[in-house]
Amino acid sequence: MTFEDIKKQIKTKTVGIAGCGGLGSNCAVALTRVGVGRLIIADFDVIVESNLNRQYFFYDQIGQKKVLALAENIRRINPLTRVDAFDRKLDPAGIVSLFTGCDVIIEAFDQAGMKEMIIETVLSKLPKTPLIVGNGMAGIGKSNQLGVEKITENLYVCGDGLSEISAELPPLAPRVGIVANMQANLALQILINNLNQEEL
Amino acid sequence: MKIILNNREEIFDEDTLTFEELFLIKKFSFKMLVTKLNGNLVKKEDRLTTQIYDGDDVTVMHLVSGG
Repeated sequence: MTFEDIKKQIKTKTVGIAGCGGLGSNCAVALTRVGVGRLIIADFDVIVESNLNRQYFFYDQIGQKKVLALAENIRRINPLTRVDAFDRKLDPAGIVSLFTGCDVIIEAFDQAGMKEMIIETVLSKLPKTPLIVGNGMAGIGKSNQLGVEKITENLYVCGDGLSEISAELPPLAPRVGIVANMQANLALQILINNLNQEEL
Repeated sequence: MKIILNNREEIFDEDTLTFEELFLIKKFSFKMLVTKLNGNLVKKEDRLTTQIYDGDDVTVMHLVSGG
């Protein structure tokens, strides 16, 4: 499949991204570069200097709302990708109202409790929409332990399932970026109906 | 009863347990990605009532923070 074929297929598609930190910002940028038609992004947080070790923001964006800065970065990369940015903390009702109609939803929160909340919400309220979760990506090295797994019909997980962030295991650009791009890569496969279990 | 828990054989004194009872015994307090019984999804609200019996295959996948 040529790049033109891929672009043609995904320009009519919408991806919802819940969270604009390490996973969300990098995943959004990858999908933007390939030419996804529309992104719906949501986050309530503000960029601080410590985010720049992994999140797709710039030094001169410190202090800005992540969701607005990411929308700006997406427009600078590919103005053809439509971005709908929501400055809010997501709860079950917000997830349903923002992401109903999306072709794929990317889970890009940091806290395990929030990950659990969106999984429960999407499985029960939007069961037909594929959800791609990031789970376990802290630290350095161990690239071969990062993988993609299909959990149920519409639930997929990227990561190593183990590496929780801590002072000794910080989230850093390479591993977080790998998982964010795994999420984007899987989203593309789903969007172009090219997903087959053996090729995850 | 003898069950398979996360691909490992485990033996419990009880003849049956609900998922929530299993979590208490195993001291599972982490956030959960999904729970499965013999390959089928067990929803969060069903963990209180779904019974596990001898020979069952139980999967409890946990979530970790970071992103």
